Amino acid sequence: MFDSLSTRLTGIFATLTKRGALSEADVDTALREIRVALLEADVALPVVRTFVAAVKEKAIGQQVVKSISPGQMVVKIVHDHLQETLGMEQSPLNFNAVPPVVILMAGLQGSGKTTSAGKIALRLKNTQKKKVLLASTDIYRPAAQQQLEILGKQAGVETLPIIEGEKPLKITERALTTARLQGFDVLIIDTAGRLHIDDTLMDEIKSIHALAKPTETLLVADAMTGQDAVNVATNFSQALPLTGIVLTRIDSDARGGAALSMRSITGCPIKFLGVSEKLDGLEDFHPSRIADRILGMGDIVSLVERASANIDQAEAEKMAAKLQKGKFDLEDLASQFKQMKKLGSMSSLIGMIPGMGAMKDKLNSNDAEKSMRRSEAIISSMTPFERRNPKILNASRKRRIAGGAGVEVQEINRLLKQHEQMALMMKKMGGMSKKQLLRGGMPQGLLK
Amino acid sequence: MKQEGCLRDTIIINFPKFSCATPLASVIGFSQLRSASARSQKFQKLSGDGMSWLTKLKQGLQKSSSKLSEGLVGIFTKRKLDDAALEELEDTLLLADFGSATAANLTKELARVRFGKEVSPEEVKEFLAEHITPILEPLVLPLNINKAKQPHVILMIGVNGSGKTTTIGKLAAQFKEQGKSVLLVAGDTFRAAAVEQLKIWGTRANVPVLARETGSDAAALVFDALEQAKRDNIDVVLMDTAGRLQNKDNLMAELSKIRRVLQKADATAPHDVVLVLDATTGQAAINQVEVFGKAAGVTGLIVTKLDGTARGGIVVALAQKFGLPIHALGVGEQIDDLKPFLAADFARHLVGVAADA
Repeated sequence: MFDSLSTRLTGIFATLTKRGALSEADVDTALREIRVALLEADVALPVVRTFVAAVKEKAIGQQVVKSISPGQMVVKIVHDHLQETLGMEQSPLNFNAVPPVVILMAGLQGSGKTTSAGKIALRLKNTQKKKVLLASTDIYRPAAQQQLEILGKQAGVETLPIIEGEKPLKITERALTTARLQGFDVLIIDTAGRLHIDDTLMDEIKSIHALAKPTETLLVADAMTGQDAVNVATNFSQALPLTGIVLTRIDSDARGGAALSMRSITGCPIKFLGVSEKLDGLEDFHPSRIADRILGMGDIVSLVERASANIDQAEAEKMAAKLQKGKFDLEDLASQFKQMKKLGSMSSLIGMIPGMGAMKDKLNSNDAEKSMRRSEAIISSMTPFERRNPKILNASRKRRIAGGAGVEVQEINRLLKQHEQMALMMKKMGGMSKKQLLRGGMPQGLLK
Repeated sequence: MKQEGCLRDTIIINFPKFSCATPLASVIGFSQLRSASARSQKFQKLSGDGMSWLTKLKQGLQKSSSKLSEGLVGIFTKRKLDDAALEELEDTLLLADFGSATAANLTKELARVRFGKEVSPEEVKEFLAEHITPILEPLVLPLNINKAKQPHVILMIGVNGSGKTTTIGKLAAQFKEQGKSVLLVAGDTFRAAAVEQLKIWGTRANVPVLARETGSDAAALVFDALEQAKRDNIDVVLMDTAGRLQNKDNLMAELSKIRRVLQKADATAPHDVVLVLDATTGQAAINQVEVFGKAAGVTGLIVTKLDGTARGGIVVALAQKFGLPIHALGVGEQIDDLKPFLAADFARHLVGVAADA
């Protein structure tokens, strides 16, 4: 997500780390580059100015002179300051009120409020066992209320029944009453998208806020926002006592400078990141990790988390047991592919590995994914017996499989050879404990 | 429950009393923002329903341009054009989303001609407008319906939330008014209630909508829609698609597929592929246009949400890089809030010169 910024900064610092000493001129050169990089990453200009000024102040002087590697020192200063600006720690939702606790969603048109409302509802229901009620006060955009209703159904969360023609304040009132009488823990109020300069609608959301008294008022903002982030953040935070930011479309290739802008201007923590259009596409914001990622230092924690959330534990244990016996057939290989695919695209995974940020562009992850897909297709075209006993694959069987998978016979041979090597490796690993296997059971060298 | 705002967990050095209520802008004296709320009140008063589109567009753009021009006035009131002044000018352009390259170029150009001379803000504005207008001029091209290509197929694409469906509703009303028969195709078979949303626009514009249930294959739907449009002698087919991020390869491949499938029904289709672009988008827009262009062969842009404070300065950078025509501008949520793109007006508004009209 923040790749381009991290690639760029990595480049700048690569030249810095190669030098013995760091003069003020060196710092200035680096800072100019940082300024341009931040601007190109859509960090708002006022934020860029303060950021660069603060870094400069810290960078020039004793600390740098005394350090062994001046370049690394600047990296550290930029990183620390980035992290500081993004906020030092994660900030969870505040449920510190008499239920129903109210969460109010606010933002521009098309920023992703309704989708985010659905995602938050699902998360609260699943991870915190909350009884959630969703209510849409968007009477302006066609089918907006239906959209929330559908999302509610998908999430298995109740939605306030829609009454045609009811005004937003009335809906809010009814939602509050319903939530109170029916014993809901949380009420999430979705609102219509509005421009921060539309006084009529801004007044409306102020009244909704006054009536609902939310503990959380979340500004939903698009990670692709440009310099306008300044105006949006300023005006919304003046109109409403915001408590947090939801940054959506963070899975885009936008450089995501909006994260820095929104955070600095509103002073509010970024509480969630919206990734993907699916309802489970909501991630916690870990400032330190994001700062790491901006600087191309990778985000190994996110990777591990994603792995543990997506890898089927039972499946993994079954595989480990099999491996201990020194067996690894094509069925196991296919199931490994499946597990890996669950983790997301290759490029997104590579971006999370520390030190790999800069390599990401050079590595054609599409090819790797393609070859994985082809290998899967080949295995799928085999009979279960063939998968368990690859030895029996003779020329005629291979021709049949090639036809079924739409590949050349050579590709099947290549896959079999790779599998053979892996099986050999697995045999050697047979002596390892189950725990060790679970930790490092991914096939190596298969993605050439 | 007492409202605390965000003060409690704000850690930002340099700004000890930082909170939601004290925006960064005011802390660091970002002059353009100071009177933002006063201005917005002024504009609100004007935004009644009855006003002409030109007024409305002007107002939308004025919000952008007035900030820009205020910035310019601040820099250049009786001032020598020196390095400091030029740097401020560059910053002002950066804030309008011109992007660092375009901002640097315009500034350099001004420096070349006027460096060291006394300049008035008006001169600077005129200079900028004069330089921006010819960049935008070649982009003026409304969506023209080719009668020979009955039906004329327009594929609408873009990222999530850019305003595709709303824009289709507005376009449908426009074409209908021109006496053309229109068919809307609910090609967003993914997002919840997207189909319902387009159906409501169909009712508003009084044109038929072809839809299938959410989750069905979009490519198959557009193919059938085109076949049906051929049978029914429809003039214009407007096809909605699901919003997608340009870095999702599989979704971009789906767009290419939709395009290929359309060509099976009519080798010349789609006749227009319109990328709907949110004006609040920053530099990410450049990559967006590039990737969508590759996957779906974008032929033109419609820039939406220009009724906000977003400058749309990115349009200048896009013009220089891609030269894609801009068919129209979205300036509101009403059915008639779709306005023609006029180069000189847009340029003058961007820099804050009163329009001639």
